[in-house]
Amino acid sequence: MPTVAELYKKDLDKLLRPGIHFLDGNTAVAEGAVTAGCRFYGGYPITPSNEIAEYMSYRLPQVGGKFIQMEDEIGSIMSVLGASAAGVKAMTATSGPGFSLMQEEIGLGSMLEIPALIVDVMRAGPSTGIPTLLGQGDILQAKYGSHGDYEVVAYLPANPQEAFDFTIKAINAAERYRVVAVVLSDQLVGHMYGKVRVPEFDEIEIIERPKPTVPPDQYLPYDSRYLVPPMAIAGTGYRSNNESLTHTDKGYPTTDRDASFKLIMRLVRKIRENEKEIAEWEEYLLDDAEYVIVSYGSTSGSVRRAIKVLRTQGYRVGMLRPKTAWPFPGWVVENLVSRGVQKFVTVEVNMGKMYHVVKEFSKGVPVEHVPYAPGYIPEPDYVINNVRKVIER
Amino acid sequence: MSTEAEVTTTGVKVELPKSYEDIKDLIRVDRLPHIWCPGCGLGILLKLLARAIKNSGIPIEKHVIVTGIGCTGRLGGYLKLDAYHVTHGRAIPFAVGLKMANPELEVTVVGGDGDILAIGGNHFIHAARRNDDINVIIVNNFIYGMTGGQYSPTTPKGAKTTTSPYGHYENPFNVPLLAYAAGASYVTRWTVLHQNELYQSLLEMFKVKGFAVVEVLSPCIIYTDRNAMGDAVDLMRVLKERPVIDHRANLADLDIDFSMKKIILGNFVKRERPVSYG
Repeated sequence: MPTVAELYKKDLDKLLRPGIHFLDGNTAVAEGAVTAGCRFYGGYPITPSNEIAEYMSYRLPQVGGKFIQMEDEIGSIMSVLGASAAGVKAMTATSGPGFSLMQEEIGLGSMLEIPALIVDVMRAGPSTGIPTLLGQGDILQAKYGSHGDYEVVAYLPANPQEAFDFTIKAINAAERYRVVAVVLSDQLVGHMYGKVRVPEFDEIEIIERPKPTVPPDQYLPYDSRYLVPPMAIAGTGYRSNNESLTHTDKGYPTTDRDASFKLIMRLVRKIRENEKEIAEWEEYLLDDAEYVIVSYGSTSGSVRRAIKVLRTQGYRVGMLRPKTAWPFPGWVVENLVSRGVQKFVTVEVNMGKMYHVVKEFSKGVPVEHVPYAPGYIPEPDYVINNVRKVIER
Repeated sequence: MSTEAEVTTTGVKVELPKSYEDIKDLIRVDRLPHIWCPGCGLGILLKLLARAIKNSGIPIEKHVIVTGIGCTGRLGGYLKLDAYHVTHGRAIPFAVGLKMANPELEVTVVGGDGDILAIGGNHFIHAARRNDDINVIIVNNFIYGMTGGQYSPTTPKGAKTTTSPYGHYENPFNVPLLAYAAGASYVTRWTVLHQNELYQSLLEMFKVKGFAVVEVLSPCIIYTDRNAMGDAVDLMRVLKERPVIDHRANLADLDIDFSMKKIILGNFVKRERPVSYG
């Protein structure tokens, strides 16, 4: 795997210097994207993701990239897919209502296997909700929002450092697997300032999409001999047919049962078969835990404090913090079950979303959800009181 | 002498007629026969577009076709080029991304009236406003053909369609006026029967720097049937006999009404406006 230092030699002096910086989460996302080689941004303003677009409009021209503010979110994600088809790493950022509008094109990106990054700075919903405040309600939408079957990779940063790191990882995953990757940030992470360490450029690994090595007349755009077929860039002479309808290896539309099944199987297999490589999570005081709180993003900070207090009160509580919503590290939940965990408690700013995902792997061990009204982070006292209630029930 | 027969993906042996000899290398012969109905104008457009691409002076590998959904949306799949068949109405923003990311590409969107002007209407007017350097061919058959004959934004007032059984009560778009008002650099309207004029417009479209719009009037058998205008041949006759070519026509007069007594065609707009990117 090449590093930033190898890939972007001539641009190195234009990247954020290795060392310690003080950034907000949204700026950290933008700088992470620039470091990973993103050179196109197409977006539509929406709170609380605006700082990403504003920063990219200033930053991309400095590194030879391009920025466009499109007429709506559907145009934004389509411009991103188009730019990526032309060979440029591309991204957009949005929040809940915009993310909902982009769902059909997440399906398109999956079908055409065009790498792209969507950053969703989650806010309260449904509908317009509370634009300026926190929500964590888009977890399931990230994977199940578009029609049909497909898989995405989605990261869950909890602070500016992770916003920077996970954006690089998301762009890498998009390129490696030719999928739409998502960074599921939230309003608090986006507006949170913190220390961001930029590693040395030869420590940061960068992935580029697989490229065809065969001559154009032998090239198959959706070659099923590969899990992730090589991708021909528009204008390079491959003259490939890229088809949003269910298609054959050649990229021709088909309604054939076997061809359809083969295609859809491959689209999901390329993530499912690599889930152990992609998925990331944090285990906090889980070694002796009887009760496991599952929490992510900004909420995990509050939960961490709550666990410290609950421990002093004699409750053996720990936290499982998924760093990737998708693929979800379900086997970690299964391992905890076989280790004899008594109960899982999900704490998120919604009425129960990841709750369903945890339940899928808990093999009958009770899973309870501590609901919290969108807009605000559940404070440590709220977590302490409610988790205690759930434990003693 | 005809070209060599090729066995297609459907197992049919297809021979391209001699008149296709010059554009043989631009047609995906293995995908033929195409899906379009007998009497549809899309085959004519396919041939003219392939010929214009061939003679555009721009290397073939730099041409990219982007299409949306509908009968017209399938056109890109028959061209042996980098072609992207995307979602309904979204071909224009995809094309904008392609062109911005690589200004060397010659990007052409081909779509129907429903695709470009209804669901894609917002993208159309804003790409025209920015004067993005792409080409948009709107094949206007006044109807949603593939979906089964529902009314579209260009369906003339009074027309009977599957969703306006009592006669359509909405006003249609005047496409050249809309394109001009939104900011397009180049606007023309032809029918598929005006092959020479249409071909010249397609060639010109590739030369234009900025947003180029070519409206192509093309018959649809469903539409013809519902409005008792006869069969495909009768509608072809309408498109042949009623047009009046007037390059200097007032754009406000380019509405097409149900009786279609007079349809004005021409090269209406060619102007230099600053382009966005590329």
